[in-house]
Formats: sequence, structure tokens, C-alpha cells
Amino acid sequence: MRRFEYFAPQSLAEAIALFGEKGEGGRALAGGTDLVPQIKEGTDKIPMPSYLVSLRHVPELRGIEFSESDGLRIGAAVTMAELDESPLVRERYRALADGAGVVGSTQTMNMATIGGNVCNAAPSADTAPALLAHETVAVIAGPDGERELPLSEFWRGPNATALQPGELLRALRLPPPPPNTGGVYVRQTPRKQMDIAVIGVAVLLTLEDDRIRRARVALGAVAPTAIRAPETEAMLEGQPPGESLFAKAAQAAAAEARPISDQRGSAEFRRHLVRITTERCLHEAARRARGA
Amino acid sequence: MARQIINITVNGEPRELAVEPHWTLLETVREQLGLTGSKEGCGTGDCGACSMILREPHDERGRLVTSCLVLAPEADGCEVTTIEGLMRNGDLHPLQQAFIDSGGVQCGFCTPGMIIAAKALLDGNPRPTLDDIRLGLAGNLCRCTGYTKIYEAVLAAAERAG
Repeated sequence: MRRFEYFAPQSLAEAIALFGEKGEGGRALAGGTDLVPQIKEGTDKIPMPSYLVSLRHVPELRGIEFSESDGLRIGAAVTMAELDESPLVRERYRALADGAGVVGSTQTMNMATIGGNVCNAAPSADTAPALLAHETVAVIAGPDGERELPLSEFWRGPNATALQPGELLRALRLPPPPPNTGGVYVRQTPRKQMDIAVIGVAVLLTLEDDRIRRARVALGAVAPTAIRAPETEAMLEGQPPGESLFAKAAQAAAAEARPISDQRGSAEFRRHLVRITTERCLHEAARRARGA
Repeated sequence: MARQIINITVNGEPRELAVEPHWTLLETVREQLGLTGSKEGCGTGDCGACSMILREPHDERGRLVTSCLVLAPEADGCEVTTIEGLMRNGDLHPLQQAFIDSGGVQCGFCTPGMIIAAKALLDGNPRPTLDDIRLGLAGNLCRCTGYTKIYEAVLAAAERAG
């Protein structure tokens, strides 16, 4: 492996100060499941770091907190396994638990962090559609304090984020979902485990008097970043849930997808998968919203 | 670049080691400690042959990791369990015995990682279904493709512990 300097700060302030002192060429190291293979392979996807700042001992990045008024706050270093195992996340943010629960293997889920998944900014990231559907806000720490940015603005393209040099993703804030909300994330892959999403769909439906009060539909791996499908959402809101509505909405979602053709699937195939998966997700989200 | 001192407990034995930051936990355990049971297959976290159980000071229980992706200094302060740490008083671990009895071994390269992954699975879920086992071992590849007998071995070990 290429050589680099290694630092293990004990606090967030110390980590930020390190990036300030050492200057360009540094990378934050969390679970290492993306970064370490990239360094080993010497890919041209990222510049080779001259130093790593380990986030392992930074307590401010840990923990999952929930309050009815503010919703969920997830520390950037929380692992996929922690999210998957959290009763709170499973109950209130089911789509996110679905996404975290399919990332790689047991080993990957034990190491990989939500902050890493977000900062790696892969369009196919399995937590991305659920995070978008939940209107997640990134809490960013830097030398001048903290700032917040919706994830829709945080992601700038494949492997590109709005993080400035010296800044760290500290946490993710997910507002509390309204009562009677059902959420789901489903991805399509040739293999069940250890695979990368050909497409992924997250749906949140809030039901009230058997009408859809609020709909959130987000798509993964069909655009340079995960995207919302606003026209599909507008078509669903205010309507009574049902088969013909869901079939029509699924077609709209396929039209809102902007996929490319690559080795995982053609654009046409991806659109087809988005339609079928969205339709299934709508039915499942409605079922979960009814508490089934 | 200067080496760093790390303190890790490997299979119950505390060790103080001087490591380079770019060494992996797998390299350190194999080459500095001479514990060569854990294998390097892919080196990119896909095959699971290097699997170890790593317990961090702030964690109640250890977690299964691919040690080829853990930088050695990242393991500072942790407890590590490798395949060499499973025997008790000269007796094979029930999982090791079950792999022999069920014929869950062909070339053997994946076996240490497979058994460590199975141990991590049973530690958290002592009576797994076949599907639980398939899911729990999804990150461990056997290129002899002997999965059926491996799953049977894990089921048998769980039943025996019963």
C-alpha cells in the first residue's frame, strides 16, 4: 500500500485543527471500506492522500438520537450495522434501515459508516434514496463552526460533494416523519448480497383518512446523484391509494429517472426496473403506513 | 516514516507492537505475530478470507471485520480474535469440529475466515435458520464452491451447542 501519515485525534476540534495545520492532501478515514481499497489499488478516482485523519476516536461523531420535535440525528461515524439494528430507526425510519441493511456483507456493515456512504457520493449508495426521501440535512463542521445543507445540495455528482477543504460531515438530521407514515427501500441487483444497486427506490407515504397526505419518492443509480421524483410525488398526493394510481405513478417515476447505460444495465432496462420497483414500493409503503 | 506503538489483545494475549500506518491488521497479525491462519484473498474486503472479530473498548461485543481493510493503527486498544484463538485446552472449537465432521473443507483457504464469520454469527444468533447462515456468511467466498457442506456444518454446530 502507498505510504501516508496517520493521525488519530481524540476530538472533533482536534480533527478540524489537524486538517488546518496539515493543509491539502488529507482524507478523513472512517470505516475504510471505500477509502482503503482505493488507496491500495491506487485508482485515479481520487487523488492519493498524503495523510489520513482517523475518526475512530472522535466521540462527537458517534450515536443515534431521536426526539419527537427534532427527529433523528445520526452521527457521521455510525455504522450500517448500528442503523440496521436500531429499533428506533427500524420503527420510524424504516426505509433507511432497509438501505443500511443491504450494504455489502456483515463485515462491510460492521465497518462502513453512514457518513462514509454519504461522502463517497456514489449515485448507487443504498442509504441515499431513503435519506433524500426523509429530507435529510447534513451537519458540516469546519474551522469557522458548523453549517447545514440539505443532502439534495450536498451531493454535486458522482464522488463529488459540497464539502470544502478542512470540513467534515459531522451528523445527519432527519425531521420526524408525520404519523401514519410507511417507508421502504428496495434495490435491484443480480445477486442478493455483496452487490451494487442497478437501481434503488425509496418511498414514504403518509396516509390520512385513506388519502395520501404526503408522498416522497427517491431514486438511486439513475442520475449523477440520488434524486427525488417530484412529479411522481405530486401525482400521488391528495389521492386515495390504489392499484391504478400506483401503476400510473410508477410510470411517472420511470420517466423522471435519467439513467445511463453501463455494465450494470442499459438505460432502458433501468427505467423498466424503476417502474416495477416503484410500483411494488408504493404498495409496501401503503401497507406499512396502515401499520401492517 | 516513524512507526507507531499500538496495544492490542490478540486471542487473549496483550501485545505491544510497532507498526507502520499503511500496514493492515492482517499483515501485522500474520507477519509480526506469525499467526498465519487468517488469509489474504482479495485484499479489498470482498472475499472474507481475512475475517477477524474485533472488539473496540467502547463496544460490548466484538464485530466481524475484514482485517485486510483495517489499518493496523486503527486496532489500537482493541481485542482481536483470529482462528488461532478458538481452541480451548487443546480441544477444537465446536465449529472447527463440525466443519471436519460435515466435510465443510475442500482446499481450506476460505475455512479460517468462514469459521470466524460463523462464530460471529452464532455469538449473536445461537439458533440461526439456513437463510440466516447464508446471509451471515455472504461476505465469505469459497471458490471450491462447497457452500452446502459449510452451511450444514454451521447448522450442526448450532444444534450441538443447543
